[in-house]
Amino acid sequence: MSEVMEYDVVIVGAGPSGLATAIKLKQLAEIQQTEINVCVLEKGSEPGAHILSGAVMDPQALTELLPDWEALGAPLKTRVVADEFHFLGSKGSYKLPHFLLPDCFHNEGNYIVSLGDVTKWLAAQAESLGVEIFSGFPAQKVVYGAQGEVIGVETGAFGINKDGSLSDGYQPGMEIHGKYTVFAEGARGHLGKELIKQFGLDNEADSQSYGLGIKEVWEIKPELHEEGKVIHTAGWPLDRHTYGGAFLYHAADNKIFIGMVVGLGYENPHLSPFEEFQKLKTHPFVARLLEGGKRISYGARAIAAGGLNSLPKLCFPGGVLVGCDAGFLNASRIKGSHAAIKSGAMAAEAIAQALQQGRQRDVLSTYADLFKSSWLQAELHKARNFKPWMNKGLIIGTLMVGLEQKILRGKYFWTVHSRTKDAAKLKRASAFPKIQYSKPDGKLTFDRLSSVYLSNTNHNDNQPVHLRLTDPKIPVMHNLAHYDGPESRYCPAGVYEFSEEGGDKKLVINAQNCLHCKTCDIKDPLQNITWVTPEGGGGPNYTSM
Amino acid sequence: MKVLVCIKKVVDSNVKIRVKADGSGVDVTGAKMSMNPYDEIAIEEAVRLKEKGIATEVIAITCGDQGSTETLRNALAIGADSAVLVETGMDLQPLAIAKTLTKVNASINADLIFFGKQAIDDDSNQTGQMFAALNDFPQATNISEITIADRVAIVKREVDGGVENVKLQLPAVLTTDLRLNEPRFVTLPNIMKAKKKEIRVVPNAEVQMTNQSRLTVKNYFEPKGREPGIILSSVEELVEKLKNA
Repeated sequence: MSEVMEYDVVIVGAGPSGLATAIKLKQLAEIQQTEINVCVLEKGSEPGAHILSGAVMDPQALTELLPDWEALGAPLKTRVVADEFHFLGSKGSYKLPHFLLPDCFHNEGNYIVSLGDVTKWLAAQAESLGVEIFSGFPAQKVVYGAQGEVIGVETGAFGINKDGSLSDGYQPGMEIHGKYTVFAEGARGHLGKELIKQFGLDNEADSQSYGLGIKEVWEIKPELHEEGKVIHTAGWPLDRHTYGGAFLYHAADNKIFIGMVVGLGYENPHLSPFEEFQKLKTHPFVARLLEGGKRISYGARAIAAGGLNSLPKLCFPGGVLVGCDAGFLNASRIKGSHAAIKSGAMAAEAIAQALQQGRQRDVLSTYADLFKSSWLQAELHKARNFKPWMNKGLIIGTLMVGLEQKILRGKYFWTVHSRTKDAAKLKRASAFPKIQYSKPDGKLTFDRLSSVYLSNTNHNDNQPVHLRLTDPKIPVMHNLAHYDGPESRYCPAGVYEFSEEGGDKKLVINAQNCLHCKTCDIKDPLQNITWVTPEGGGGPNYTSM
Repeated sequence: MKVLVCIKKVVDSNVKIRVKADGSGVDVTGAKMSMNPYDEIAIEEAVRLKEKGIATEVIAITCGDQGSTETLRNALAIGADSAVLVETGMDLQPLAIAKTLTKVNASINADLIFFGKQAIDDDSNQTGQMFAALNDFPQATNISEITIADRVAIVKREVDGGVENVKLQLPAVLTTDLRLNEPRFVTLPNIMKAKKKEIRVVPNAEVQMTNQSRLTVKNYFEPKGREPGIILSSVEELVEKLKNA
């Protein structure tokens, strides 16, 4: 039996949703004049270290949570001043006239931010309210009570050697118990995934669909920089059957946040989201901006893009899902941080009320009720068909989203469903010709290793591999044979490599490169890869991503 | 026996730093900061001395802004008993720090003063030595082993091509090298305990620290990337290339 620490509320993940939950709980405790002990566990070495987002932030939820965020020094400094949408062809580009832009692509009043910086700031606000944040301590397991209810989590151990033996410095994990446990791990949280299955939370929902977001920060020539300008693109280099698009945000200090989201429901196993993104930068429309600039950061993270139709039940005995662990992102607006904060705040209201009534470890249905009557539900309802339409290709998607959002202004009554898991959408390699990607030039385009280098990723290398194969034969026997080994392409960090030794192919897993993006856990055709938490503090150390 | 451990907050060793576009310095905005790894080894050693019953009190000290409190908390979580923050926003050079630490140590009177052998940001490798000279204490740098008995420290120093054994009378200054120990994993209960330990803040005015700079930095630049190699087809071609190089 490991040691136990007791809190009123245990929160897994110090991202926007987890920290919003923590802040709101402390605010409500103050109003109710009670004490609520809140502990936040974070797997990254510090808050923000594992946060990656575009990001254009809608401040609505933040304003509700901390109305004086500006006075408190929130890093929302760059207001969006211009908003463009371009369709890219292989050579040219077509700018969508502003009047045709659906509401969901309008960003007036929003801010270009580093969500990593916002997270760091939120963590400081939470700590000043008395929240205890433990960085470098991943929640590894859910702890269940006698009735099957969630009573807390167990943190990961330190000092386990690669072969499973214990080192001299070995420190066992600890159980952290709470009256309620909040799961705020982000998209495809490994505990969230277990809980959704355990409690059948998604029985009535569409399958979750995901996207892989890859981002770089560039410092560009001052004369090419237009602070506050937001550009989104669709089309090239992705074919029209592959859902995805790119963003180019002119942040402060001559920095550009450039990135691409590729829907993980893609069919062609030869596709490489990483290389597609590298290719994007060679388009004249993008290349001219980056000319003479310097790439300073790199990272990647999967997002949950299914929206309202894919949202699982939010509550189960003893806990709730918030933020992208549930899947609150609005794919049509390519925004999730406002939804994450709002969901956290609503969960906190339900928890504070329950604690005041002396309840614990039951189902917090008030949280689900609050969501149903919130602006967030209305917003997601309006956008509910975006991803399902886009799954039907760029042309149908654009037409239908245009019809729903622009002509009908979101007032339509049909719902399009999407029932196939992303992993199951992959087709056999033989169905497509191989895609030949150009070699990186080291100026605009790069390889995976030099990219991962810029993410400051580090894992103690003498630890067990944290990417577990259920059946070690599947990568070669199935994935390589039928899909030409897609893990070597979808992984944006070069974790998976097929090597040959004496005529025998085998899969090498370079776990120390892992960016914790969760793509392999999502896209592996037979769901043979399970992402588990590595030793605490491991993973990227993003600076202002 | 009192042990004072002097530590510094630096950019985390995993973070790839970058020279500012105008060459005026290194851009560390938003970067993760940590305790200098050599200082962590120093804290670990001091705590081990206490656990062995040799040291009675371990005090961690740093000079810096409020952000350095985090670094001190980390030292307390490893096992230091208390900490001192000499608060300043100035960018300090080794001599100024050595003088400041001397002033603060006057009231602490430590028997053993640990420093990391150098900080991984500026790699100065000076503060420990300067402190020893200012106080006229014996010093041993780059140590990899230590035994203490009867107010005498016997240490092994890592020197070029071997190990040097040195005997020092306390009070003494020791600077720690990589092989001295492997710092422990900090545990949650110890982080909790660390939150309750005392951090004494010494305002700058009390020690009259100055940033009188004896060095002027002209410019920062990144090392040039290596030119890509070429594969030659014959020895003749190589000789030809070398001749004309």
